[in-house]
Amino acid sequence: MTEAAQEAFSGTGGPGTARPQGGTFSGRAHDKLHDAKVQRAMRNFNLAAARSRAMAELPELEDIRTAAAAIRDTALADLDVWLERFETEATRRGVKVHWAETHADVNRIVAAIAREAGVRKVIKSKSMVSEESHLNAALEAEGLEVVETDLGEYIIQLAGETPSHIIAPAIHKTREDVADLFHQHHGTPRKTGIPELTMEARAVLRGHFLSGDMGISGGNFLVAETGSVVLVTNEGNGRMVSTMPRVHVAITGIEKVIPTLEDVACVLRVLTRSATGQSISNYVTLATGPKGAGDADGPEEMHVVLVDAGRSTVLGSDMREALRCIRCGACMNHCPVYQNIGGHAYGWVYPGPIGSVLTPSYIGLENAVDLPNAATLCNQCGVVCPVRIPLPDLMRKLREKQVEAGLRPRWERAGLRVWSWFAQRPALYALATRLAARVGRLLGGKRRAIGRLPGGGWTGERDFPAPQGRTFRELYARRPR
Amino acid sequence: MAHPPLRVGLFVTCLVDLMRPRIGFAALKLLKGAGCEVVVPEGQTCCGQPAYNSGDRRAAQALARKMVREFESCEHVVVPSGSCSGMIRAHYPELLAEFPEERAALDRVVARTRELTDFLVNVAGLTTVPGQFAGTVTYHDSCSGLREMGVKSQPRALLAGVRGLTLKEMATPEYCCGFGGTFAVKYGEISARIADRKCDDVAATQADAVVLGDLGCMLNIEGRILRRGESTRVYHVAEVLAGVEDD
Ligand code: SF4
Repeated sequence: MTEAAQEAFSGTGGPGTARPQGGTFSGRAHDKLHDAKVQRAMRNFNLAAARSRAMAELPELEDIRTAAAAIRDTALADLDVWLERFETEATRRGVKVHWAETHADVNRIVAAIAREAGVRKVIKSKSMVSEESHLNAALEAEGLEVVETDLGEYIIQLAGETPSHIIAPAIHKTREDVADLFHQHHGTPRKTGIPELTMEARAVLRGHFLSGDMGISGGNFLVAETGSVVLVTNEGNGRMVSTMPRVHVAITGIEKVIPTLEDVACVLRVLTRSATGQSISNYVTLATGPKGAGDADGPEEMHVVLVDAGRSTVLGSDMREALRCIRCGACMNHCPVYQNIGGHAYGWVYPGPIGSVLTPSYIGLENAVDLPNAATLCNQCGVVCPVRIPLPDLMRKLREKQVEAGLRPRWERAGLRVWSWFAQRPALYALATRLAARVGRLLGGKRRAIGRLPGGGWTGERDFPAPQGRTFRELYARRPR
Repeated sequence: MAHPPLRVGLFVTCLVDLMRPRIGFAALKLLKGAGCEVVVPEGQTCCGQPAYNSGDRRAAQALARKMVREFESCEHVVVPSGSCSGMIRAHYPELLAEFPEERAALDRVVARTRELTDFLVNVAGLTTVPGQFAGTVTYHDSCSGLREMGVKSQPRALLAGVRGLTLKEMATPEYCCGFGGTFAVKYGEISARIADRKCDDVAATQADAVVLGDLGCMLNIEGRILRRGESTRVYHVAEVLAGVEDD
């Protein structure tokens, strides 16, 4: 387990980067299920409907998904080659490319860039990769002021929390929560209208944009043929962060490279539609090198930090398909588990189905034992994923790895063993099921429903319908011929 | 009939065997009504899905190989469950890839396996069913049936032939009920909450019954409906089609 991962789980990071809650997955999920505000926010959350409207306008959707998956696979098949190409092209255009092998390297590299450039204030647009290493806390520990400028990220920074969704980080917050936060932190009269709240954030952030020395962004894609970093945003803050301060640092995972601009155009068609139901986002920025001789604006220095932190291990494993992910969020938007418990219950940076695959892969199977199991395998995620990641199959593979590694509870293993031992012996199985059918029928009583079963997992909030009382096989053997 | 009868092996599934044998007999009645000759291989137990989804690959393989052996001589394999038929069709090839000597039998069974309503409509060409139902029903699409086996229009087409029955669709029939096999026990609280959304959706239709094609979803939805104290009935589609909803 990396240091950052340990920190994420023990919850001992500094201020600024909020921690996920401690405890177990089930405990966190329980809290969220009983948090009326979170429940209200999650009920109102419906990006799935937006996606389906947008996709209805795309008759060739399935072909584009296939093409997008193939583009991502091409990049992953020769990742080192594409990354070197990116480095060459970006360097040629004046970008300084850094390689971060671990989360600690990310923080060290960015802090060094800031120190050398004499930076005091950092403005950030959305970067989930920086959440992995708790970059904000690390920079604050260096004495830097860090301000998130994506509206959702700004809200949760004020609240001292972490994103609960990869593209809608404050989705667990209600409008009332935001009204309280702004009132408290801005010292302005409390207001609840969405336009008023947005205008207030805009006014406050404007000052930060003008006074930031360094802008940190993520990177949706790296274009190998041009050395560009592609930023896909809606609020325009990504563009401000990457052009207004003296220094721009883009931080992104090594898997984000895509061979050509034409490939980017293809993948973009499904990215924004899958994410928010938009045919294109409000802004698509291609940051290609720092300010040039004839340019009116742009940063004096541009850096790209390429983060491994577990990705190359995943690349060489049977989880590789997960690296196709373009972080659209559709899998979580459509996940019945996510929709009910929200993102924080998942315990690390990436929630929902893709999180249940990536988290164990990045921070260790033994540190996220629940995640691959906390899914119904309904495959709604696999059906909507724009790059065709077989998420349920990957979760099932992780379950197999857990069994192999002896990470499943003893009662579960014993139960499965006993059951499968019987199921392989039809005569004994017939006896056991005949008994179970009768006992179950008795327990069901007049209501024909069992209200309490051992463990309580099933019957906590549900009855168990009683069996009919005889098994099919015994009735069939006795049928009139 | 001019054609020789279709020879079908019925895979009852472990849950029907244990919980609701009525569904197995309903399937038999429907298949015979469609002119099929039906055998029920004797030693059958479970397709192995619970083990497979719990990461116990070895137990899953043992049960899958057993199933294949028992059904390899059947011309058609019919299963009154979307998830068990989906297990066979979508997952057996991967699960049993390391047994090349059993490949031929596996391929045969996989290719011949169909979910019950899909078989009745698309293979047997069944057009009339014996069921009668005075009331309104709503249909829940089970995840595996829908997404692995393409079961969507078939049960609805057959239900349309049930005398007296009116189908009223719920807002999100394709939304998971929250069952997920052992998920329902390991994460009971989350599972029940997902089931609640399904129950709300069902309740909004004011249907007399919710009809579906999988025992897992059935136990889950019925269990939650009972706990909510509602009177909506829950039926397997075979029960309604065959007209054997009650003891
Ligand atoms: S796994 Fe697929 S659906 Fe989920 S965020 Fe990644 S690209 Fe989007």
